[in-house]
Amino acid sequence: MGARLVFLGRLEDVAGADARDVAPGPLADVLARLEPTLAVELLGERVRMALNGRLIAETGGVVLGDGDELAFLPPVSGG
Amino acid sequence: MQDVRLIESGFDPALELERFTAGLPAAGGIVSFLGQVREGGGVEALELKHYGPLTLPGMQALGGTIHARWPLDGLLLLHRVGVMAPRDPIVLVAAAARHRRDAFAAADFAMDHLKSESWFWKREKTAQGWRWIEPRAQDRDDLARW
Repeated sequence: MGARLVFLGRLEDVAGADARDVAPGPLADVLARLEPTLAVELLGERVRMALNGRLIAETGGVVLGDGDELAFLPPVSGG
Repeated sequence: MQDVRLIESGFDPALELERFTAGLPAAGGIVSFLGQVREGGGVEALELKHYGPLTLPGMQALGGTIHARWPLDGLLLLHRVGVMAPRDPIVLVAAAARHRRDAFAAADFAMDHLKSESWFWKREKTAQGWRWIEPRAQDRDDLARW
């Protein structure tokens, strides 16, 4: 089944879709398989990440398993 | 009493406020704020996107924070998601308390936090197409008031 990346806000435009299914593995490997332009945006300083619905502070040790969902959250633009 | 909802299609602010108030006979003051899609600037549509696992839980947590900070009889936090047209309601906040100052402060706090901290991403459509709205410095300044 694989893991799922979710792109919010303008990251959706960069990725060309609001989500993408990827092969599981360490986050660094998952990102390395994406288009470089997208990977750079996802690693932007102001982009936060949520793993399975929970915000994570450190992404260093993240390994995506089957069924995991990692969301990339750019700064919110206000309601 | 806390009523926190994300709304996928249009809503009637007057009706929502009437229902909210009807359940709170002991409240002496009810303060409400209605935000609507601004007309003008060539904006044809506005879209608000959210992230299910974070957005509504975040709004519920905000409601909890507000209840802990002010003695309220009731709190209403309604927020639209999806595509809206100019003059459509986007957000309705209402705070009910025995005394008006708590209600004013709670509603003000709720709006500042919804605008700057809640998980919403906004884009607007003009003749040039869709464009994402970047965060405003003013929203962060508003948050610093608290």
